[in-house]
Parts: sequence; structure tokens; C-alpha cells
Amino acid sequence: MIFLLRRLAQGALVMLVVALVAFLMFRFMGDPVRGMLREDATLQEQQELRDRLGLDRPLVVQFAKFVGGALQGEFGVSWRNQQPVMELILDRLPATIELVVVAMIIALLLGVPLGVWSALNRHRPQASLLQTVSLIGISTPTFVTGILLILVFAVILGWLPSFGRGETVEIGFWRTGYLTASGWKALILPACTLALYQLALFMRLVRAEMLDVMRQDFVRFARARGLPTRLVRFRHALRNALMPLVTIAGMQVGSLIAFAIVTETVFQWPGMGFLFLQAVQFVDIPVMAAYLVFIGFIFVVLNIAVDVLYTLIDPRLRTGGAGAGR
Amino acid sequence: MASLLEIRGLSVLFEGKRGRVAAVEDLDLDLEPGEILGLVGESGAGKSTVGNAVMGLIDPPGRVEARSLRFKGEPLDLADEAAMMRLRGRRIGMIFQDPLTSLDPLFTVGDQLVETIRLHLGIDEKAARARAVELLGSVGIPDPEARIASYPHQFSGGMRQRVVIALALACEPDLVIADEPTTALDVSVQAQILELIRDLTKARGMGVILVTHDMGVIAEVTDRVAVMYRGRLVEEGPTARVLGRPREPYTKGLIASVPRADRRLHRFPQPPGQADAAPKAIDLGSHWLGAGTRRERSDVPVLEVEGLTRDFVLRRGILGIGEKRFRAVDDVAFAVREGEVVGLVGESGSGKSTIAQMVVGLLRADAGRIRFAGTDITATRRERDLLPVRRELQMIFQDPYSSLNPRLRVREIVAEPIRFHRLASGEREIQGLVLELLAQVGLGPEAARRYPHEFSGGQRQRISIARALATRPRFLVCDEPTSALDVSIQAQILNLLKDLQETLGLGMLFISHDLPVVRQMCDRVAVLKQGRLCELASTEELFENPQHPYTSELLALMPRLDGLAPAPAGALDGSSEANVYG
Repeated sequence: MIFLLRRLAQGALVMLVVALVAFLMFRFMGDPVRGMLREDATLQEQQELRDRLGLDRPLVVQFAKFVGGALQGEFGVSWRNQQPVMELILDRLPATIELVVVAMIIALLLGVPLGVWSALNRHRPQASLLQTVSLIGISTPTFVTGILLILVFAVILGWLPSFGRGETVEIGFWRTGYLTASGWKALILPACTLALYQLALFMRLVRAEMLDVMRQDFVRFARARGLPTRLVRFRHALRNALMPLVTIAGMQVGSLIAFAIVTETVFQWPGMGFLFLQAVQFVDIPVMAAYLVFIGFIFVVLNIAVDVLYTLIDPRLRTGGAGAGR
Repeated sequence: MASLLEIRGLSVLFEGKRGRVAAVEDLDLDLEPGEILGLVGESGAGKSTVGNAVMGLIDPPGRVEARSLRFKGEPLDLADEAAMMRLRGRRIGMIFQDPLTSLDPLFTVGDQLVETIRLHLGIDEKAARARAVELLGSVGIPDPEARIASYPHQFSGGMRQRVVIALALACEPDLVIADEPTTALDVSVQAQILELIRDLTKARGMGVILVTHDMGVIAEVTDRVAVMYRGRLVEEGPTARVLGRPREPYTKGLIASVPRADRRLHRFPQPPGQADAAPKAIDLGSHWLGAGTRRERSDVPVLEVEGLTRDFVLRRGILGIGEKRFRAVDDVAFAVREGEVVGLVGESGSGKSTIAQMVVGLLRADAGRIRFAGTDITATRRERDLLPVRRELQMIFQDPYSSLNPRLRVREIVAEPIRFHRLASGEREIQGLVLELLAQVGLGPEAARRYPHEFSGGQRQRISIARALATRPRFLVCDEPTSALDVSIQAQILNLLKDLQETLGLGMLFISHDLPVVRQMCDRVAVLKQGRLCELASTEELFENPQHPYTSELLALMPRLDGLAPAPAGALDGSSEANVYG
């Protein structure tokens, strides 16, 4: 309990720092008044806006107001199209989340078994080949993968669309592509592009962990107890080998949400990354600031979730650090 | 009656890049039911490999060959994995060395027991759980009904080893292979575990192969002993005969190099054929190592420790609420005179290493004072003011495998402190000093060009000593300097340390859990228990007439072969050239 409270307090502190950075960006990168008004606005109009936004008040007060607004999901209005920023983000969020979820599932479903297999059969030539291929997977930039996939499956074969989300269905504010055939078709290429790096990463990680665990005493002891190979490998070795994957996969979800930008651009995927890119092009500071706070929030939440998950899987953490005393 | 285990012509071969290496070569062994056979030898002798081979646990590229292997009269086919799997855990049990790593940390001990029992005995979950509780009780775990739901990390090392033994015995095997079962444990726990193994052997009539490097353990529990050297069986026979009247020179040497607890010898006897690396005699008045420091053996303490206390935080709370602390060192006071060796002994958790780290400044004391040659280390905050102390106070660590930087050549390792403390006038002098220091610790000049991984454990510890000497210290803190080494190597290193200490008049804080070693090395000994100082007395007094009950207990628990082994002729007190075989 104390542990969870401390993690939450740390998370709040991190968010406060992120908010400060976002606020300073908002306040000092260009004049917000210039950004919001027409070029030919009068001095009086400018002053009125200044008053309305409270830009003449002390910085601390402004920051407090910014944090207060952020807590209620208020990040102001986009300079580009005058829509509330939060609405814009919520509009784009489902596309990114759906893309990331599918990419993660592909990466885990393929990466973990491949990693286990290549650890258990590491002397076979196929396993070495897999290692080499995964190295290519890790080092190929996403845009290259994306463009190659488009070339093969959209341009040459014509099987799959090369851009957009296809048809979507709205459930509340959530616009999903999971319920239509064209939505799924549109999802395949970007999801594979995004998954490739993760897949290679997970495979290599699981392979290395598995090899490490298989060398440990408790695995040898499990064999010496006469446990069949299947139990030794999959009950005892694999469970221990998957521990680090929890951390890595959790963090990767965060970075996928934050940095799917390249993939989303290549496939013209209407997600958050795409939104951010447009915001940068138009120097749409409120959107950029909100994006920053939002991504920071996602990382903090994921971090806490990973920590909690860890204490649930690993009994050594559950009873507090002082296990060995008894 | 047929032997329980009959091994004829066993070889274990490893195909490597440099050709074939035989870890075990043409070995014959027999084991009767109800018998404990000790398998003894130094590291690399192949003793653990024998145990693994019998279990069928040798993985490729290793290969096992045998003329004949019989278990209870039946031939044992190591290649038949399915058959071996039925034997493993059911008919043949195994106990590993390190109880901290031989249990799966993610499962409760009950789950691991039930899993094994159900697999072999084919009984249902409930019956298996009842059997598991009974087993835990029979290996002496208090309150087994509650403890069965605990995870391995919730047990202490000794208790975990009991769980491991319970697992190995779960299906009442006929043969148990115990691979260094007590090496990682304290003496008091070791005595309990050995007694447990002996009682179970006699009660159940099972046979035990006890693999160990510890002659004391062999003398305590085994009926017969087989001595191995470089994969071959050197000598075999009843324990009392082999230890009391060894026939082979190797066995004689091995027994002689075990430090004796019953008397003080001037030097540790070394096995035959080993070069004795006595340092050259040096005249401190003119030699570099003596320059800059005045050292007369006097009654002035060079190191004074008063009221030393240190806590470790086990669980951090919020603003001190819910915080859990553990007092590792509690109000400890002692002093070491110039040129004196003071031993710190105690079991794990007694705070001896913590004290060493505070003395050299690797840890800060929470309370108390450490004065070195008049400087109060605990009160000096500026690192620069401590430099002279740091130079004169050096440390030798326990593990020679991790205490040398693997990326530096030995030359650089030894030269670094000389450069840092500006103890030489130029590069030429430094290089000369490095070679001379290496010669002092018995290493040739070619060692300077090589990297640490090219050396054996004993050689690495020599490099550590050379590095410590490179600052011209007047005081050495040695934290278990030989506990990672074989007995024969241990003897060399301890002789070297003793010679250097005497020649250079060094003060020394010598930390060890090994009482015989302490008896040979130290002038006075301090006994620690759970962070507190129990007794501090001159070595002879402490060993002959212990005052504190805990000291007597420690002395009584120490496995010894004094009763069996002959006194090495000539190696009597005081005679300076006591190295019988050297």
C-alpha cells in the first residue's frame, strides 16, 4: 500500500514537471496573442485578448490556472482550427490506440514463441538465421518498412489500401475501425509496420532471458527432481524468463502511442501522431503543449501499471524488500 | 548384496576448440546402501561432474562414456532420457550447493513439493500436500502447515537448504547425490544440515555421495572417502584410514594444507610440487616500500574503532513512518596496534564485512568513531583531507574474479594507485615498481602484459595484493581473502600475506568465517554476533579458553579433522622453515 501511494506521489510530481515544461512552451514560444488573432488586429483587440487569457498576471498564477485547466481536460483552443484541444485529441486517440493494440498483439504473439523456440534450439541453423533476420528487423527504419509494404501489397498486388482508416463506426466518442472489413484491411499494413521492430525486440529479449534462465540452478534442480522437460521449460523457465518482458512491453506501449508518428504519416493514419505533426507545421502551441502533457500522463500511468503488475507476478516484491529475514 | 551404485570406467569428455578435455577419466566407484561416500578434491577435479553424470545431467557438448554403470544391480542407461527421467527425483535425488538459487522463486515451496510428489507417486493433490507438510516437518522446518505456503525468499539460507533436501527426499530415493550441500552455509547451520543428512541416511538406508572440497566435512560425516585429482581417482578407502594414514602423496598434501584449528603453526603447509612464493627479503630502510612511513612495532594503536554503529534501511517509509531498520553493526569497539593482525570472525550477518567497509571508507558509519593514525576518518568530510589515510589503508577483497578491472592489463591495475598518489617520479620508475611488486607476490614480469582473465583465482588474488601494496600501505583490511580459493592455493596466499605482513610490519584487519585460518593468521581475535562484539582476546586464549558462550559454540561446531589427521612432521610451532613438502 505504502508502495502504491509512493508511486502515485512520484507520478504526480513527474506530471507537475511535465506540465511546467508544457506551460513554459505555451507561454514563451511565440506570442499567444499573435497566434490567436488575425494579422491586422488592433492593439485594443490584442489587449482585450490578453486580459481574457490572463497573460498579464504573475507567472505562478498563470501556471496554477494552467494546471487547474489541465486537470479538467482544459487545454484551450487550437490556433489552427479554433476547436478545443481536448476534443481534437479525443477525436484522434482511438485511431492510435487501435493501431497500437493490434501491433502489440502481433508482436507478442509472434515474438515470444519465436524467442522461446530459438533459445531452445539455438544450435540449429534456423535459429541463427532468425537471429540475423531479427537484427534486420531491429535496424530497418519504420518508414522504409512501411513504404516497402505499401509497394508490395498496395501498389503491386493491390490487396490492401495504402492509406486511411477505412470505414469506421462510432460508439460514443470512440470511433472504431474494428467493426468493419475495410477498417481491418486498412489496419493490417500500418500495424505490421509498427509491429516489426517490437517483434524483433521481443524475440531477442525472450531468447536471451530464456537462455539465461535455462542455465540457472533451479532449472537444473527441476530436472534433477525428475520433472519432464515440458514442465521444466514452460512452467519454470518460461515464467521466469518473461518477467523482464513485462517492463519492456509496458514501456514499448507508451512509446508506440507517443511515437507512432512516422508510421501514421506514411499511411496517412488519422491518429495522434499525425495530429502532432500537423500541430508542429502550423506552430499550434496549445495542441503541442496538450500532446506533451497527455503523452507524459500515458507514460506515468503505464509505469505505475508495470510496477503494480510486477508485484503481482513476483512474490519477492509482494512481501516488501525485507524477505530474507526469517 | 549388490552394491547400490557400481561405476566402472566412467569418463566424461568435453569436445572443445582446443580438442578433447576429460573432466573425469576412467573412474571406478562403489556405494553401499546406508553409506555416505565422500568425493573430495579441489576445483576442477571433476567431482561435481561425477554426480551430474550419474544423474544424466551432462548436456552436450559433454559426453559420458562408461564400461559399466549399475544402479541396484540394474544397468543404468544414461542415453535413455525417458528412463532417466523416471529415476531422477524418484530413485536418485540430488541436493545442490546454493540453496538461494536452486528453488524457483515464483512458486511456493509447497507447489514445488506437490508438483514433484504428484509426478512421481501419482497421488492426488490433497494427499500430496499432506505428504509435503510431513516432509517439511521431517527436515526440521518449524510450523510446516503454515510454511508450506511460503515462497523460497521467505526462508533463510539454512531453511531453504532444508526445503531442497525435502524436495530431494520427497519420493524416498535410494541414492542421494549432495553436491557441496553446506558450502554456502554458516558453520552452525552446516552442522545441522550434515546431521540431518546423516540421520536420514541411517534411518532410511539410502546411499549418499557427498561431493565437497571441505576435509572437515568429510571427516565429520562420511564412512568412506574417494579423493579425486584432475578427473582421476587418486585414493579411496574408509574415511579414518584415508585421513589418518593417507597413502598417496597428493592426499597427504591435501590433508596437510588444511589449516589446523588445534595448534598454531608458523606457516601453512603446502601440498608437494608447489613453488613456495616467499617474497624476497627487503630492507625497509632503503626500499621503496618502506619509504615515507615510520613503522616500529609499538603499542600505539594505528586503528581505533569506538562505538561503531551502522543501520541498514530495510523498508523506506514516508517521513520515517513505517520505516524498518536493521542494525548491522552495534556499538563495536576495538583497536589494532602497529604491525598487529586482528581477526574478525562471525557468521554471515554478523556485521564483519560492514565493519571492514566502514574502516576503509566504502560505507559511512551512523555513529561512533574510526581513527587511523591519529586522523578521525568519521569526522573528516573532505575527501582531499582523507587522501593520506586512503593511501596507507588498503583493502583486499574476497572475490578475485570481480575485484580486478577486466579491461585493464595487470600493469595498469598495479600502476594506477602509484600514479594516483604520485608515489613515483616518472613513468620509468613506475614500470620498475610494478615489476618489483609483481615479483614480491610471486608473479613474473610477463604477468604485467596480460589481462586478469588469463590468471587463476589464486594468481588473481596475488595481483590484488600487489595492487594493495602499490600505495605503500601500513595497514591492510582483508575481507575473506581466501574463501573463494582451494585449500592448497589458500595456503600459498595466506603464507604470502603473512610474510608480507611480517616483512613490512603491516597492521591488518583480517576477516574470515574460517576459524582455523584465523588461528594461524591473527594475533588477536574479535568474535561478532549479530553486529555486537562478544569477545576480544589474544588468539591462543580465545581458542584454548573461550570466555563467551557464543565463542565456545562456534569452536565446537567447526568441522575438524584434528582427531584423524596426523600432525605434519616438522611443522611444529615456531620452527621457521616448516614447509615439509616444499
